[in-house]
Amino acid sequence: MTENLSVLLVDDEEELVSALRERMELRGIDAVLALNGQQALHEAEMKKFDVAVIDVMMPEMSGMEVMEQLLKVQPGIKVILLTGRGDENDSAAGLRMGAFDYIIKPVNINVLLDLIRRAVKKNND
Amino acid sequence: MPSRVLKNVLRKLIYGTWGSAPSDRFQKVRYQRIWVSAVFITASVSILPLLVLTGFNFSQYQRALKEESTHPIHLLVSTSKRSLEYSIEERRNALLYIAKTNPIDELRDKKRLKIIKTNLDETFAHFVDIGLIDSNANLISYVGPPELEKKLSGVNYSREEWFSEVLSGGIYVSGVFKGHRGKPHFVIAVRTSDDLGDIYILRATLDMQLLTSQVPAFGHDEVSDVFIIDRDGILQTRSRSGASELEKSPVGAPPYSDSAEVSEIMGKSGVRFIMGYAYIANTPFIFVMTRPMPDLMKNWLILRRNLLAFLFTSILVIIVLTMTVSSVLVSRIREADLKHEAALHHVEYAAKMASIGRLAAGVAHEINNPLAIINEKAGLLHDMISMNEDFPSREKSIKIIESILNSVERGSTITHRLLGFARHLDIQITTIDLAALINEVLGFLEKEATFRNIEVQTFFQEDLPTVKSDKGQLQQVFLNIINNAFEAVKKDGRVGILVERKDHDVISIQITDTGPGIAEEDMDRIFEPFFTTKSEGTGLGLSITYGIIRKLKGDIKVESKLGQGTSFVITIPVEKKL
Repeated sequence: MTENLSVLLVDDEEELVSALRERMELRGIDAVLALNGQQALHEAEMKKFDVAVIDVMMPEMSGMEVMEQLLKVQPGIKVILLTGRGDENDSAAGLRMGAFDYIIKPVNINVLLDLIRRAVKKNND
Repeated sequence: MPSRVLKNVLRKLIYGTWGSAPSDRFQKVRYQRIWVSAVFITASVSILPLLVLTGFNFSQYQRALKEESTHPIHLLVSTSKRSLEYSIEERRNALLYIAKTNPIDELRDKKRLKIIKTNLDETFAHFVDIGLIDSNANLISYVGPPELEKKLSGVNYSREEWFSEVLSGGIYVSGVFKGHRGKPHFVIAVRTSDDLGDIYILRATLDMQLLTSQVPAFGHDEVSDVFIIDRDGILQTRSRSGASELEKSPVGAPPYSDSAEVSEIMGKSGVRFIMGYAYIANTPFIFVMTRPMPDLMKNWLILRRNLLAFLFTSILVIIVLTMTVSSVLVSRIREADLKHEAALHHVEYAAKMASIGRLAAGVAHEINNPLAIINEKAGLLHDMISMNEDFPSREKSIKIIESILNSVERGSTITHRLLGFARHLDIQITTIDLAALINEVLGFLEKEATFRNIEVQTFFQEDLPTVKSDKGQLQQVFLNIINNAFEAVKKDGRVGILVERKDHDVISIQITDTGPGIAEEDMDRIFEPFFTTKSEGTGLGLSITYGIIRKLKGDIKVESKLGQGTSFVITIPVEKKL
């Protein structure tokens, strides 16, 4: 049951993000993995994504910067920020800067998928 | 109740007898010491100069007054001394002159002696008689009152003391005695000799008037006494005290001095006297004047009384003032110290909470990442197993994984709460009606209160000003504390909520329960994260509450006594400044 969704997962924690990708794929969602901002932008140039899930706390290039750049490359992309609790200020700033929503780690896969579907739906509307 | 009034006054005067909790006994002793040294130093600085000045004045006045009262006596006595000496010397010299200028033969001649006596009387007063005595002490020629002439004819003076005195000394002035005539008198005798060298004595008797004329002139006042004594202390004139001539005088012979002296003596009845006296040269006489001391020193005694009264009143006033001022000062110092200490404590506590918050946030953040990985890995495993119908022990594995996921959830709840304690949220300030807010919170808990039969009493002061604060956060605070109170009171308890304005710019919300109370050793720690006395508590509720209240520029305090319940007091500024 492929949903024909393409998601870009950006997180420096490979263990986390690879498991997340596998779980999404098990649910029929095509997910591409990027371990840092550069890689994410590189992927974005190669392929069009519906949704990008970006960790806020990353070394070198922060999630916010990645989002900013990404929105320039693919203006239609929906961004969901992945935050730790206590980063609500960042999250709020992220929302102002154009993120669709944010979700707090650890992530419940169903909640995340729900968010992704809502984002895509909104995009299609 | 005068004793109660006195006690109250003393309690106000003496520092440390009022208003100190027994727990700060050490502090009390410390401030009492400060008080004592303040009183001692201040009082010394003011009283010592006062004492020195008063002492100086005292002795100055004493000397001046003494001089004032002794000076007239000294003057009178020395004047009398000179006058008496002059009178007697004058007569003695006259007698000497007669003895030198008249041959013995002429003196033997009664007619001639009578002429001499007449001449003498014309020049000098007080000569009673004159007589010539030979070396055998026989009176050989005599001119005097007729009754005495008869009485004295053929008298022999060899036994008289004056006779031998004049033989050896040449000139002699006797003391007062009665002698052959039985009347007080005294004699002046001079030694002379004829051409053959035979010794004769020319002797004249003087009446008492010569002495008494000097005496009554003084002592006009009621209390003074003036008299003459001889060197054995025998009265030569009457004294005012009633003693007559030749009786023992009330005062003994004073120590010899060439000039007039004034000294203090103690009378028989214990009265102090001032005595002025003068030895009359070449006679046995001592002129004496006495005056009782109290009379003389009356002025001095009044002055001394006034001086002492002034001194003691001043000292009393100084001591009372010093004590009062010191008490006020020391209590001000103590208040300032206590305030300072409380402020320090507050700052220390806030700093401690802040660092605990940072530590908690750091730890929570670090733990949250591995938790997220465990969550995803276990989730993936769960997905894989649940999608594979043939997985061995599939059901058991799924249960194990679900247990792992539940534990992750529990762990993340804790890290989320910890982060919440220190999180930096955007505060959304709105105008809040506290009464409405609290009623709203009570609404959430209404069911529980009814179910557990908890009585909730609220009192909101009328015309409460609104506050500007974060509604959601305040809601969380009140929910947390009221919920704690509900948990504390168990069944059938009471929870009171009192909201009132305090100190103009602060609203205080007091939430009191009738629960078991908090042990004293726990009081300092109840706002620390993870500190809990409940078996199922996380220990984060109150620490989060504390963090919120501090962020909203308010304050939270707790008062509690074991067995009597607990009271949380939250204060929120009316005008919130961020």
